[in-house]
Amino acid sequence: MTRIRMVLAAMATLMLAGTAEAQQTVRIGLILPMTGPFQSTGRQIDAAVKLYMQQHGDSVAGQKIEVILRDDAGVADTTRRLAQELVVRDKVAVLAGFGLTPLAMATAPIATQAKVPMVVMAAATSSITQQSPFVVRTAQVVAQPAVAIADWALQNGVKRVVSLVSDYGPGYDVEKWFNDRFRQGGGEVLAALRVPLANPDFAPFLQRAADAKPDALFAFVPSGVGSILAKQFVERGLDKSGIRFIATGDVTDDDIVNAMGDVVLGMVTSGPYSAAHPSDTNKAFIQAFEKANNGMRPNFMAVFGYDGMHAIYAALEKTKGGIDGTALVEAMKGLSWESPRGPIMIDPQTRDVVHNLYIRKVEKVDGALYNVEFATFPMMKDPAKAAQP
Amino acid sequence: MLTNLFDGVAYGMLLFVLACGLSVTLGLMNFINLAHGAFAMAGGYVAAYCVNRLGAPFLAGLPLAFVASALTGVVLERTLYVHVYGKSHLDQVLFTIGLVFMSVAAVDFVQGSQQQFIALPAFLRSRFEVLGVSIGAYRLLIIGICGALALALQLALTRTRFGSRLRAAVDDPRVARGLGINVDAIFMVTFAVGSGLAGLGGALGAEILGLDPSFPLKFMVYFLIVVTVGGASSIIGPFLASILLGVADVAGKYYVPEAGAFVIYTVMIVVLLWRPQGLFAPRLAR
Repeated sequence: MTRIRMVLAAMATLMLAGTAEAQQTVRIGLILPMTGPFQSTGRQIDAAVKLYMQQHGDSVAGQKIEVILRDDAGVADTTRRLAQELVVRDKVAVLAGFGLTPLAMATAPIATQAKVPMVVMAAATSSITQQSPFVVRTAQVVAQPAVAIADWALQNGVKRVVSLVSDYGPGYDVEKWFNDRFRQGGGEVLAALRVPLANPDFAPFLQRAADAKPDALFAFVPSGVGSILAKQFVERGLDKSGIRFIATGDVTDDDIVNAMGDVVLGMVTSGPYSAAHPSDTNKAFIQAFEKANNGMRPNFMAVFGYDGMHAIYAALEKTKGGIDGTALVEAMKGLSWESPRGPIMIDPQTRDVVHNLYIRKVEKVDGALYNVEFATFPMMKDPAKAAQP
Repeated sequence: MLTNLFDGVAYGMLLFVLACGLSVTLGLMNFINLAHGAFAMAGGYVAAYCVNRLGAPFLAGLPLAFVASALTGVVLERTLYVHVYGKSHLDQVLFTIGLVFMSVAAVDFVQGSQQQFIALPAFLRSRFEVLGVSIGAYRLLIIGICGALALALQLALTRTRFGSRLRAAVDDPRVARGLGINVDAIFMVTFAVGSGLAGLGGALGAEILGLDPSFPLKFMVYFLIVVTVGGASSIIGPFLASILLGVADVAGKYYVPEAGAFVIYTVMIVVLLWRPQGLFAPRLAR
């Protein structure tokens, strides 16, 4: 009998110790595609999160921060299951990551039920923030670069375009936003081509674009495929026949732009971040990132992840270490700071990011290819939500 | 119009080089090798490594890709494949699909998942006009290499002693052995050539089809379509099937882009309804 009581007492002490420790540690559940076709996104964000913690320490407002990294391989039901485990078993205070739209969509209901803030660091479809009042996004919204490049094209003598997008959700979004904006501005869309996602050869689509004789070809395809497209664009002689190649920044992703080769020189794209962004904050960021990661160049995903961590840290400081989900989200609303990409703000109404959209041109800087920014659309909100009342 | 035809032929030729090794192992050796694309991927990566890292000229990278894939083929054939020749087709499918997944994971681990590019020399990036048809130098090179290969393979199979031995070994291995033909060696060489051709196709195709760790899975369907439409066990069958599919695919994507992705499958279904045994009936009924 005494023995049983002793065991019970020991267990109770252990449990007490357990809860006591949980109060001192703020856990962040980071879910990323670390394997599979989207591992580049995961790798970049994970590296950026580690860098942020290395630079800013692993405690905020007296609370120790612990990041629990989970790999969902880009599969939505895995993301959802991992999020559930992190919330229920690991008692995380914040969920973060989310490489693709379906992954974020699948997790949003969990954030709502558990009242846990969900910081979206990559997924870019507009409606994600409307899925749950606990979603805060530091990634770009897909319509932002599409609208920026459409406006820039109209201002720079492009009257007729052919659009070419990959045949999947984000592709339709970009196609719609670019083409609508372009038509509203008085431009003409000669053809809207959709390319199968697993497309082996762009030849027929490019030939069709060439025969339509537009002023520019607008493209949105996943970044790896983008370079094949760019190569075939040049190989087919479209550049010499006076057709400009314009695209969203995904096509000339900093992660691979240097490996794409000289064919992409002069390509004009739009995006919120370029590793060539000329600010001291960015220079320091690049230097530290490359040093910590064996020379790997950070891309826009890395910056979205870095900023996501900043939002979490800043919110914890505001709540003085309190981890109530509603309070944390409230604290994140309206935050503004100087990020490596430039000035950014969390829109208090939509919980979406507001940031500069830059028009960039691929140029050779110190022997390597970079997206060099030359025009700015300052502090752009999500155009999709701005259009709604 | 003619430019599309030209592009289609080039694409078809590329499919042929990638798939003809599969038609040889499937039709002649009666072995289902779904891992065929893995050899193509190996060739592509070897060429990319030699050209980009070691600075070899592109045209030297192609034979290197062939040799590397052929050697890999020999080693795997001797150590692994030889044990499953006699097994049921289901065992072969399971075994080779396992190899595919292993190769995908291995390449992913070593090289990462990003697209690989092979630097092309300037003369292959050019483009010129012939009789009003705009022709890309690289696609012309593909047509040249693949056309020559198809001819050489057909001649080797029908006109040489090795060809007749191979056909004998396939028709009846026991009798062939009795006549003093070294069946194992013949199968090994055939397998090596098939793998080598795939490797060459992978290296040639990197520019047009792309090259990443999921290559064997992405293109497995295309290889199988070529072989089923063309009928296994000959060279002419898959050759004509590749050209037909290549041209149909390009034309479909150009004229009806909305449905372009389905054209290649429609062609396959129509051909198989019309001739279930493939465009060219196999010489032997097994």
